[in-house]
Amino acid sequence: MKLKEYEGKQLFRRFGIPTTEGYLAKGPGDVREVTTPLVVKAQVQVGGRGKAGGIRFASNLEQVRKAVSEIIGMDIGGQKVAEVLIEERVNVDGELYLSIFLDRGTRLPMLMIIKEGGMEVESSDPSMIMSWSLSPFIGMPDYVGREAALEIILDAGPAAQLAEVLEKAWHLFWQMDCELLEINPLVRTPDGRMLALDAKVVLDEDAAFRHPDMAVVEEGRTQLEAEAKSKGLSLVQLDGDVGVIANGAGLTMATLDVLALHGAKGGVFLDLGGTDDKDVVQEALALVSKAKPRVILVNIFGGITKCDTVAEGIIKAKEDLDIDLVVRVRGVNEAKAREMLREKGILAMHELDEACAQAARSRRR
Amino acid sequence: MPVIIDDSTKVVVQGITGHQGAFHSGAMLEFGTKVVAGAVPGRGGIKVNGIPVFDTVSQAVRLTGANASVVFVPAMNAKDAVIEALDAGIRTVVMITEHVPLHDSVLLVQYAKFKGSRILGPNCPGLASPGRGKLGIMPNMIFKKGSTAVVSRSGTLTYEIVNELSESGIGQSTCVGIGGDPIIGTDFAEVLAMFEEDPETESIVLVGEIGGTAEEEAAEFISRKVRKPVVAYITGRTAPPGKKMGHAGAIISKGKGTAGSKVSALLDAGVDVAKIPDEVPILLRAAMRK
Repeated sequence: MKLKEYEGKQLFRRFGIPTTEGYLAKGPGDVREVTTPLVVKAQVQVGGRGKAGGIRFASNLEQVRKAVSEIIGMDIGGQKVAEVLIEERVNVDGELYLSIFLDRGTRLPMLMIIKEGGMEVESSDPSMIMSWSLSPFIGMPDYVGREAALEIILDAGPAAQLAEVLEKAWHLFWQMDCELLEINPLVRTPDGRMLALDAKVVLDEDAAFRHPDMAVVEEGRTQLEAEAKSKGLSLVQLDGDVGVIANGAGLTMATLDVLALHGAKGGVFLDLGGTDDKDVVQEALALVSKAKPRVILVNIFGGITKCDTVAEGIIKAKEDLDIDLVVRVRGVNEAKAREMLREKGILAMHELDEACAQAARSRRR
Repeated sequence: MPVIIDDSTKVVVQGITGHQGAFHSGAMLEFGTKVVAGAVPGRGGIKVNGIPVFDTVSQAVRLTGANASVVFVPAMNAKDAVIEALDAGIRTVVMITEHVPLHDSVLLVQYAKFKGSRILGPNCPGLASPGRGKLGIMPNMIFKKGSTAVVSRSGTLTYEIVNELSESGIGQSTCVGIGGDPIIGTDFAEVLAMFEEDPETESIVLVGEIGGTAEEEAAEFISRKVRKPVVAYITGRTAPPGKKMGHAGAIISKGKGTAGSKVSALLDAGVDVAKIPDEVPILLRAAMRK
């Protein structure tokens, strides 16, 4: 669950990470009196907004209104901008990139600090990057602030301030179940303060039950993906024209891969998971057919999900839906399922490769 | 010593009174596993599939000698259940539970390390050793005893491939599902090291998917340490970047974790990589003849 900048900054304030103050605007009418140079920033959950023109500087009322009306409605990485954050422009003496994330390799949280912040951190010189593995039993040790100040800022002066930001960032990261906490840039002002100018926070959806106050609507999901999620099904919309329903993420991905070898592309992908309920199967078919695929391929390896249950769901769905179907069943009760489907004139295949070839052929009809 | 499960393995099922726990404790018994206890707070004294249920894991350990646990406890309570098992001295904890918060997994993996125990999963199907037993939910009927070991990040795709092997007459020594989450207790390299040592295993199948760099690390480990023939299958070749493909861990982010990078790392390590699941037994026979 990706938070927008202003939501991230609300958390920063809650945990005491010094950051800039500002207000949200949904249109030029929301712009307040201008007394200092300002920055107008698109509020979206995707990166790259600076490069896309979603950040503008402005010094008077007219400029701010112009920037607001130009940014609102922009398309940034597939998201339409609905609101901007208007903040005071800060004079900067130096800047850093700072993030805490979960490192899959070490299976530990990792702190990363890069000498220069900004938009090009991905291409930073490795000698400018320092990282520390963090233990959940220890948290953020004090020495890290001293070490980072000496080796990255090359000045022991801000060590205490950096250590304080690091400790608060750790508390936010751990207490709020963050997958990622990124401050880019963390700046030093001429009067010697440290300030987080941006905030990127990604929360773990699976930990949402611990944070009932963080009810944030995930954007960047299509309507159909959101509808499936509300029904407890995992659906991903892609850009091909074959609908794929399978059980288990790996098997669903494998089905897409084999389809591609036959020159067909998945248009929508639904993972049934471990259900053994014919109504869920029927619902899945109804959802996938809404994406209007040319053909739907159902690929089931029966275990917890029994093949005959799936057959029942398919037969029920077929009563209401006019869909071109290719079915492949293996595993628990496959013979029974094949017989049930055959009685209804639905051919159930045996091999994955042959079913994918059939689906690819029928979409060309 | 066989891989993870041996003749001395005695299982306690945490969450045995739930739908999944009840069904799979029965299936584990049918597969020949010594399931000696269930543990569910407040339900001590009853029996499920003839298995005595205890209120705490430490009671189960004391009274039945359980040394491995299979966890079906819902995600909200899984952390406490696993800590309870580790504190009771359980050596192997298999976490079937899906949707465990990532920070809980981080904490549990470190705590298990501190206790000197092993966690498999979370979000995994467990492991099965035909003729010996299984810890988890893999379907009994797909297996055939033999000498090919399988390690995978997936569930049903593993069943598909194991079934394919069995139907081609290739039996298995041990099949291990390490789980589809970004943070897991046991990774490819650790399982491969056990397969390499295992006298019952003559060849290895690795089933990977997009996301992370575990397959690349596995490839590196194989080229240094594994002498037995390895065949791989990688799924998600056609997955677009930035989308979570069903598994929480199956995501290509910032250009990392693509199927292409995994396939080329494995090929470089001398591993044959199948394009479709059906190809796995064919490549495996060819690799065994080399």
